[in-house]
Amino acid sequence: MPEVSLFTLVPSTGMADDALFEFLHMEIVAHVYRDLQSLKGDTDTKDRSSRVSILEGMGYRVGQGLIERLTRDSPCFKDELDIMKFICKDFWTKVFRRQVDNLRTNHQGTYVLQDNKFNLLTQLSNGKQYLDQAPKYLAFSCGVVRGALSNLGLESVVTAEVSVMPSCKFQVVIQKL
Amino acid sequence: MPHCHVITQPAHRKETKMAVCIAVIAKENYPLYIRSVPTQNELKFHYTVHTSLDVVEEKISAAGKSLGDQRELYLGLLYPTEDYKVYGYVTNSKVKFVIVVDSSNTSLRDNEIRSMFRKLHNSFTDVMCNPFHTPGNPIQSKAFDEIVSGMMAPSA
Repeated sequence: MPEVSLFTLVPSTGMADDALFEFLHMEIVAHVYRDLQSLKGDTDTKDRSSRVSILEGMGYRVGQGLIERLTRDSPCFKDELDIMKFICKDFWTKVFRRQVDNLRTNHQGTYVLQDNKFNLLTQLSNGKQYLDQAPKYLAFSCGVVRGALSNLGLESVVTAEVSVMPSCKFQVVIQKL
Repeated sequence: MPHCHVITQPAHRKETKMAVCIAVIAKENYPLYIRSVPTQNELKFHYTVHTSLDVVEEKISAAGKSLGDQRELYLGLLYPTEDYKVYGYVTNSKVKFVIVVDSSNTSLRDNEIRSMFRKLHNSFTDVMCNPFHTPGNPIQSKAFDEIVSGMMAPSA
């Protein structure tokens, strides 16, 4: 029997894992924004950034655990680019059910991952209506990527931007120590 | 004497799969978990594990330099002392496992050590995925303890 758990998102089992996670994610975002709002009143920039960091922090811990499970059997990575390619292909497939469409780098520690149909944004409508809400739904995923990289030995800063729904770009800047 | 105790056990018991010390070291080189057979001087094992870390680093950097080589996670025999043999394994997240076995236990084959490491790695992955465990904290999981107990020599 394939494992059914939110930590091992296996795409092809025919079980409801994927939909469960999408619903859970939407509810997490709604909860963080709703609960904090009731305590502090109106949103202002400082509150908004603390909510984003709560979501990102959750994603970070999940990313750390996930990468441990997903790289258990794979051989060691040769270099940074190898790690990023792993993130774009195997990791993205396991977590977001598709591969990254485009990876660009300046070969100096900055990578831009473009996903044209990001699966946590496909539930929002394609026009401009929810463009300013989109970053809330990307915070968790930024954390997942940052956690995964951190456990592979790369400290980074991960940000995401959306210009045309549902396509989004994740920018990863590796911190050199 | 623990050694005599092992010989008198019937053959089908896991006489051959016994370690005297098992340790899990974080990537920053501090121990996350270390357990040794309590009849021996534990400090000696802590020291052995600590000195084996140098050899681990050496093996990792040596393998990294050989081009096109897909480095394995299992590092093999790190170094033999007159009483003990020390084996190492490193995960992709740079967490190291060290197993120390008695030198006189010659029946332990390489692939048995590999399977011990695999079991440790699997159990460690489960610990990492436990939401109540914070990465970087010492491991306090009963399931992990049981896996390790299954591999250690029984205490006299």
